[in-house]
Amino acid sequence: MEVAVKIKRFNRESGSGPYYEDFKVECDEHEMVLDALIKIREYQDQSLALRCSCRSAICGSCAMRVNGHAGLACNTKITDALARSDTIVVEPAGNTTVVKDLVVDAKPFWEKIGKVQPWLSPVGPTPDHEYIVDNADMLALNQVMGCIMCGACVSDCTVLEVDKRFLGPAALAKALRFAGDPRDGIQAERLQTLGQPGGIWDCTHCFECVQVCPKGVAPMDQILELRRKAVEQGFVNNNGARHAESLANSVKRSSWLDEKRLIVESYGFRNVGALLGLIPTALRSLLARKMPPLFHHKRPGADKVKRIFEKLESK
Amino acid sequence: MKYAWYPGCVSQGACPELFKATLAVADKLEIELVELKEAACTGAGILSERNPELSDTLNARTFAMAEKLGLPIMTICSTCQGVMSQANFKLRNDPDYLAKVNETLALEGLEYKGTTKVSHLLWIIVEDIGLDKVEPLVTRPLTGVKIAPFYGCYILRPTMFLDFEGHPERDTYIEQITTTLGGIAVDYSGKTRCCGFPILTMNEKASYAMSGDHLIEAKEEGADVMVTPCPLCHLNLDAAQPKAARQKKVQIGLPVIHLPQMLGLSFGIPPKKLGLNRHIVNTKSFVAKVPA
Repeated sequence: MEVAVKIKRFNRESGSGPYYEDFKVECDEHEMVLDALIKIREYQDQSLALRCSCRSAICGSCAMRVNGHAGLACNTKITDALARSDTIVVEPAGNTTVVKDLVVDAKPFWEKIGKVQPWLSPVGPTPDHEYIVDNADMLALNQVMGCIMCGACVSDCTVLEVDKRFLGPAALAKALRFAGDPRDGIQAERLQTLGQPGGIWDCTHCFECVQVCPKGVAPMDQILELRRKAVEQGFVNNNGARHAESLANSVKRSSWLDEKRLIVESYGFRNVGALLGLIPTALRSLLARKMPPLFHHKRPGADKVKRIFEKLESK
Repeated sequence: MKYAWYPGCVSQGACPELFKATLAVADKLEIELVELKEAACTGAGILSERNPELSDTLNARTFAMAEKLGLPIMTICSTCQGVMSQANFKLRNDPDYLAKVNETLALEGLEYKGTTKVSHLLWIIVEDIGLDKVEPLVTRPLTGVKIAPFYGCYILRPTMFLDFEGHPERDTYIEQITTTLGGIAVDYSGKTRCCGFPILTMNEKASYAMSGDHLIEAKEEGADVMVTPCPLCHLNLDAAQPKAARQKKVQIGLPVIHLPQMLGLSFGIPPKKLGLNRHIVNTKSFVAKVPA
């Protein structure tokens, strides 16, 4: 079959901006997008730059955007990529600096991985033999250990698009790999650091990383696990932890959200600046009669909901 | 058509106009709604962060109530839909987990058997009612009006929980409805991205940057109005728009409306009855563009 491929090209040395180039390439139905790209490079334009190595979704080199979403070109079937479009659009990974065509600068990615101290830091005396770990503890880390560092999650992270400080899904998932390991001795320090701006509370729950991860790591789920651990360890003096606490209390009390109280409690009563900043929006909402009820009331059945909370929170 | 209606917290809180518009439109679409008045909040994806079983149990309780009525659930919020879809997927695919959750539901004599279907109004219009049945209801077509869709993350991702395998075009339904109502769907990259609402109190600047970027992009693509099936997105795109514009140092002024308001207007329902006067960004410019 003849496949139409549109590739986003860029050559820093040329001095001109990025542009799209159309190719037609003969492919078999069972082939992957990477096969099409390699054929284009081998037989049509040797200047096309791309990274690839294992061709088996193990090395993580060929992460790029196919039809607007990040993934590995080597495990994206051509037929799947053509399911809803006549042309396969291939672009470099997002949230990165493009070096040439589909090759991006990986340095910032590795710098962020480095920031989470991706190694075990045991404390106490070294055991005579190996460190013994419970099987169940390691099974809990299986999912996150499946990460191949391809950066697909980072490419499509919506927070990184607007805030480069954010550690991002790959680094935070890697942080859980060590913060969740029973051999690690600095879990509290890790969680405290990860709770700072740019860390776990800056994830926006957009599920992009869960959707595009080619290895089922679900980085966002790992970030939420870090949040759970941070709260368990008492690192609750931040807007994210306060927001979660306020929401849970509101549902427990009344069975639904007390939106006015939620926003005030999230910022914290002492955060006068942020609370004053709410006044213009509150006034505009009041004028538009776009406000929650003045007095938050209990929903019918709220007592039953409270009983569920009491049973499951005590576990 | 009859549904167990789950209006969600925000349509009864900061977006009362959504509640009102839904009732008006349901009437025209001949959808009979039985409101689940005792149902609790879904947990909004936040409660599950602290205690997944607690969040899933509250949702199972809602599913059990609808099951008892023998009705599918209708939601009007992308976030409610996503959280419920995820909970339902887990409960339906793990009998041991379902049994464990049912032990708690037994406290009030409820049991969830795993049969409740949960659908957003957006899906119901296309899949259950059919666009061919909607078209004859249009008395005031949105001719010439450029409408930018904004879906909300929870109704799009992760696709495995939202049955995109069975309905792969669910990420085009707003555009399909727009065209059916006579409007012009605006294509722009931000339509499936995040509005930024979940991090409003954690990283305000990033939150406004997200909503601001999408609003500006939609406007640059020629949008007269933005439409969303998610009231949480609505809060960050409409209520927070003045702050996003200030941060971006531009005038935006793009009206943002709820899905049932778009439907209602084209069905000839008066704008006031749809609550179109209860927005932060004035919707008059948009309403004026719709030929009377």
